[in-house]
Amino acid sequence: MCNQAVSLIAAELERQGIATVCVILLRFVAERVRPPRALAVPFRHGYPLGAPNDAALQRDVVAKALALLERDGPAPILEGYG
Amino acid sequence: MIRSRRVGDISEFSFPVRAFLKAYRWRRIDPVPWSPPRKPLAEANVALVTTAGLVLPGQPPFDEHVKGGDSSFRVIPSEAEVRTLIDTHRSETFDHAGVAADPNLAFPLDRLHELARGGAVGRVNRRHLSFMGSITATARLVTERAPEAARLLVEDGVDAALLVPV
Repeated sequence: MCNQAVSLIAAELERQGIATVCVILLRFVAERVRPPRALAVPFRHGYPLGAPNDAALQRDVVAKALALLERDGPAPILEGYG
Repeated sequence: MIRSRRVGDISEFSFPVRAFLKAYRWRRIDPVPWSPPRKPLAEANVALVTTAGLVLPGQPPFDEHVKGGDSSFRVIPSEAEVRTLIDTHRSETFDHAGVAADPNLAFPLDRLHELARGGAVGRVNRRHLSFMGSITATARLVTERAPEAARLLVEDGVDAALLVPV
């Protein structure tokens, strides 16, 4: 459900001119809902950026997600992390 | 623990949750809207959106009794102390221990500040948004709350947003 919610919010931000990237925990949800840009991560629910108190890992996931903003498309973009 | 699953693996869930996920009619975004970034990331004003149901002390918790899901959101200022955020997401489909130990796990505000200090990100927007993701009936989110959230970020001159589920 969380994966769909971030995707739908992202779509509205894009409609209003803001570029977005979603972290996604369930790839099949992203394939069906189709957020504009998404990074599918191999972590379990509750742990979207990997591990608590692991700043290096969290920063790496955030940086790799944000890097998708530099892509030209085509939409939707769905990439895997790691 | 970290890479305990394949992407898209739903075996971590109980049978009723798996059955629900398989039968649920997902809301397809069509056409897919696309805003190219207005500036390079190193110059962009970036905001965070989480669906982890986090609130600041004193903010009302999310309401698990709203039919179809509570689609309201809370505004979290950029100077917020991340470790003081409270997890009010009531879903039992995920382990809350990680976010309780470190809310950056689903709301990486400290990480965004670090990336901005290092120059990879232009700046951290003054406001960020927290939703609760257990929204099965999405009409109100799509027609009211998400547009309202987007207007707020447009008002701030946000160039790009990172959205994190839980």
